[in-house]
Amino acid sequence: MKFNIWLQKHQNKLTAVIGVLIVVSLFFTYLIKMDLVANILMIIASIMGAIPIALHAFSALKNKVISIDLLVTIAVIGAFIIGEYIESAVVTFLFLFGNYLEQRTLQKTRSSVKDLTQMAPTQAELIDDDGNISTVDIDDLDAGDHVVVKPGGQIPVDGKIVDGTGYVNEASITGESAPVEKEDGDPVFAGSLIDNGTITVETSTVGEDTTFGKIIELVEEAQDSQSPAARFIDKFATYYTPAVLVIGILVWIFTQNFELAITVLVLGCPGALVIGAPVSNVAGIGNGAKNGILMKGGNAVNSFSHVDTLVLDKTGTLTTGKMTVSKMDSFGTDKNADMAILSAVESNSDHPLGRAITKFVANEGIKDLPEMPELDTVKGQGMVGTDDSQEILVGNERLMQNNGVEITPENRKAIDARLDDGDSIVMMAINKEIRLIVGVNDELRPDAFEGLTALKKAGMTKIVMLTGDNRLAAQRVAEKLPIDEVHAELLPEQKVEFVKQFKAEGRKVAFVGDGINDSPSLATADIGIGMGTGTDVAIDTADIVLVKSSFKSLAHAYILAKKTVANTKENITIAVGTVALLLLGLLVGVIQMASGMFVHEASILVVIFNAMRLLR
Amino acid sequence: MAKAILQLGDLTCPSCMTKIQKAVQNQDGVSDVKVLFNAGKVKADFDEDKVSADQLGKVITELGYEVKKIKVKEIA
Repeated sequence: MKFNIWLQKHQNKLTAVIGVLIVVSLFFTYLIKMDLVANILMIIASIMGAIPIALHAFSALKNKVISIDLLVTIAVIGAFIIGEYIESAVVTFLFLFGNYLEQRTLQKTRSSVKDLTQMAPTQAELIDDDGNISTVDIDDLDAGDHVVVKPGGQIPVDGKIVDGTGYVNEASITGESAPVEKEDGDPVFAGSLIDNGTITVETSTVGEDTTFGKIIELVEEAQDSQSPAARFIDKFATYYTPAVLVIGILVWIFTQNFELAITVLVLGCPGALVIGAPVSNVAGIGNGAKNGILMKGGNAVNSFSHVDTLVLDKTGTLTTGKMTVSKMDSFGTDKNADMAILSAVESNSDHPLGRAITKFVANEGIKDLPEMPELDTVKGQGMVGTDDSQEILVGNERLMQNNGVEITPENRKAIDARLDDGDSIVMMAINKEIRLIVGVNDELRPDAFEGLTALKKAGMTKIVMLTGDNRLAAQRVAEKLPIDEVHAELLPEQKVEFVKQFKAEGRKVAFVGDGINDSPSLATADIGIGMGTGTDVAIDTADIVLVKSSFKSLAHAYILAKKTVANTKENITIAVGTVALLLLGLLVGVIQMASGMFVHEASILVVIFNAMRLLR
Repeated sequence: MAKAILQLGDLTCPSCMTKIQKAVQNQDGVSDVKVLFNAGKVKADFDEDKVSADQLGKVITELGYEVKKIKVKEIA
């Protein structure tokens, strides 16, 4: 069996030698007219070429697989028997040379994913109990181990910082290339890079179990998880190859033409057919991975390409989810004192709006907050605090109305101006008088308009926004974007109902969300798209994960899915067309064994080159 | 039970894949085999009492494919 591996390793050199032998032999045939020498050279070339092919065929046969190698082996031996040494030599050469080119070009289609896997850390600087540092393979690390990472170094594990601070570039995990400052206790991810600073990390997970490891595993498995078309062809090929063998034998029996029979074997090889569909998939998924789009296999690509309805969550998807106070209108006499009270109330809330407000007030330089009375939360409205001297109300308009607070025309004007900007509104009233009207803005993702417009153009006929937010605020956001339908003030379970309803109308629905509280919708839609960082939740529940939370990458994914599916169809057409043309050529007598093999190998290269267009 | 991850050289023909799949599958004690054609990886769940990861590697080597690296993980 050593010989087997030796052959495998030196197959390319062997192919080159066979090529030279054939050329020299042709030289002897046509120029020097020494047929005997020419024939001997061709015989040597045939034998040299046939051995590796036959060994492959044999080892496949031992595992009950009838492979292409077997068809070629029989054809070559057949040609040899009837004395067609040129044919046998040329066929083996073309087959081996074709394999070589196939290997080279396939590497190109796989390169995007290879680049990704090569970014995976392999070594770490381990600190032992005595504080000694040694370089170890990451496979030797366990949870709890401390590793040190120096400036410019790569963080080898998922874990948390136990010592030091540093600026970390987490582009490989979050798509965000601006470095983030991290200190004691902050989580860090394998595969990210330290720009400056030295940190010690306590290991939580290693290798395949890290977030980066999961991303790689997802992409690797995705490339092999085939589209329905490819799976059909795979299945087809397992019957097709033996069928060609049977047809060859039948042709021999009925026509008594041995040469024709072995030619059928060569022409019937399913070469381009078996490689055509998978190679499109590999290139498409590879392109995605390179651009931070993780598509879970051919099925996801295929379904996404047929989607016509895009359902979006607003907060955290269409918007960044980072809320900021856009304006604070004062109607009292002492704005700073009012802001201090507001902040004191909101510091008891962990609502995103509340956090935005306390942060804003602190940034205004107001740090001394007054003591607050006991606060009651009114669900969906706000908070109420009462003591002997005052009644404080903080919340939305409904809270104010329910407590008999009068809203003056000036107040109304301020509210309308905030709503016009699409802000959410928080009001504070003391003793039934409005003191502050605050607009909180959740910034739209900068490329939302551009991305959604591109999606529309690419064939997304309906774009729907769902949100738990205020109706007016939602409307304002939607008006700025190419959105067809808005449904506001929804609970998560109502979002799922909308997805179900669109599906019932016969639409193909993609749902885009952050995967945290909308996983039911992600799972219900035909395609769930996780947007946001490459968190475990999104990786597990979504069919497609966008590492970069951008709408441009969503549009890129959609267009890529469509192109990949079209490319698969092209390749299948090329492959089937080739076999049909070859058989036709055989019938009219313009195709022989060697030229048939040539066309075959050429068609394989054509489908690979066609798929490579997807990499761009 | 354990899971073996074997990194092979580049695989080029889809029929290699079926071949490797079947050969590893046929080993005693192997329950689940996945061959990743494009990544050139073989992942197999196996019973350590019946077969070892190195033996699986040998099976693949004998088919004529280079095994670059073998990794074994305990699974419950």
